Amino acid sequence: MNKLVIAFSTIFRKETKRFLRTWIQTLLPPVITTALYFAIFGHVLGPKLGQIQGVNYMQYIAPGLIMMAIINSAYMNTVFSVYIMRFSKSIEELLVAPIPNYIILLGFTAVGITRGVMVGMLVTIVALFFTQLTIQHIFITLCIIFLSALLFSLAGFLNALFAKKFDDTAIVPTFILTPLNYLGGIFYPIALLPTFWHHLSLGNPILYMVNAFRYGILGVSDINIGIAFVLLISFSIILLILNLYFLNKGKGLRT
Amino acid sequence: MYALEISALTKVYGNQVKALNGINLNVQEGDFFALLGPNGAGKSTTIGIITSLVNKTSGQVKIFGHDLTTESELAKSYIGLVPQEPNFNIFEKTIDILIYQAGYYGVPTKIAKERSAFYLKTLSLWDKRNQPVITLSGGMKRRLLIARALIHQPKLLILDEPTAGIDIEIRRHMWDFLRTINAQGTTIILTTHYLEEAETLCKNIAIIDKGNIIENTSIKEILTKLHLETLIFYLDQPTADTLNLPGFTYRFTDKTTLEIDITKQQSLNEIFMLLSQQNIQVMSMRNKTNRLEELFLKLINTKPL
Repeated sequence: MNKLVIAFSTIFRKETKRFLRTWIQTLLPPVITTALYFAIFGHVLGPKLGQIQGVNYMQYIAPGLIMMAIINSAYMNTVFSVYIMRFSKSIEELLVAPIPNYIILLGFTAVGITRGVMVGMLVTIVALFFTQLTIQHIFITLCIIFLSALLFSLAGFLNALFAKKFDDTAIVPTFILTPLNYLGGIFYPIALLPTFWHHLSLGNPILYMVNAFRYGILGVSDINIGIAFVLLISFSIILLILNLYFLNKGKGLRT
Repeated sequence: MYALEISALTKVYGNQVKALNGINLNVQEGDFFALLGPNGAGKSTTIGIITSLVNKTSGQVKIFGHDLTTESELAKSYIGLVPQEPNFNIFEKTIDILIYQAGYYGVPTKIAKERSAFYLKTLSLWDKRNQPVITLSGGMKRRLLIARALIHQPKLLILDEPTAGIDIEIRRHMWDFLRTINAQGTTIILTTHYLEEAETLCKNIAIIDKGNIIENTSIKEILTKLHLETLIFYLDQPTADTLNLPGFTYRFTDKTTLEIDITKQQSLNEIFMLLSQQNIQVMSMRNKTNRLEELFLKLINTKPL
């Protein structure tokens, strides 16, 4: 087997084993949180809200909640993993080895995507206890899952390179990701918002992911899903380039 | 062939601290080489640049003829590093540390498992193979660092103070092990604070101070630069305060312990003869200081920059 393939599969195996070993911290929380969302918003409040865009409220929020779990998990996996390796200096095991930077980035990103997808599947299973979901466009659904997990894995990697202390790994998830998630049309169609907030919401990238994913599953969307694909691919390419640039410079890794 | 060639290597850190002032250094293939220097001299920066953990400011580093900048992956594949401090993921199993490290170097899992078993047995860690690293003692972690550095069978092994803070028995075991792998053809570069270690193990030596190489020669050659040694003689019984030792400087540290300074031109036989003539029995004797240590201090205190 090619040495680079072995190096990639080693990073993948090691990091996947890490998040599986700590499943109580990595896999269980999003499942519990999402189950609570379904129970409270879907089960208790949902029947009072009636149908939205031709589906019941539980069905309407399910794709957004699944997507939120995917992107949070993909992001947290890479940021935590890389930062902890930097903190413990075990990242030096990788830096002294003859591994090109793109293989290191590929390895960590692949694990982030894997955790994101795995959490997405678990949350979907939970959702099926509360409502019925029939995937309308399987190809679009899979592409959006992959691209969203990829984008946030890459974003997590960049955050980890710049983090100087452990708190810095939580700044983006807490102060950027969470508000964008809640304002990203997970719980409501943006058409319900006043004009100003409606236009402001169109600048939220999460809105496009959630709606494209919702379109894949339910066949309904607030936005043109073509824009979602363009945004996801463009931002992924930008983050890929930025990560490789900073890896080559040794940002946060080499003095 | 040179295992390591360093030319005009410079490092200036972000805070404008100049750690290396254009050093040149060559290490022959098969050598057991010591890089010595006081704290902050530039040893760790040099090791860091060779092992790609520190970015150089300018200059060139070649490993077995391959440029570390332009042929990075190839050059890095020859190097094994034992860092100053353990840098494991402490929650990983001992054997997994080795298998993963082998994987980073492209060693297939089957071979990695065989080699891991070999090094864990050789370094007396086999019983701990399934224990997480956090449960290992300091000495065990040091041995695991060596096993990890050797798992891809590097041609150049770099040890950055490998025996710091470990007891003498483990240190001696490590010395034997390092001598064996050097005899098998692995080039070894060692930085250490224990100058006895360098004197015992190494063939050649470089002394670095304030970012400059101030000495680069063989251990044998460097020790000939010592003109004066102090020997301690333990006598069987107290004797007169004044002795007849013409040409020698001497002093008593207590009634039965005599220190005599001896130059390269003076003979030990002469001392024994003079002591015998005065009916003084010597029960044992030893060097007062580590010879290399003495020279080291002399060099770093006197060499102009």
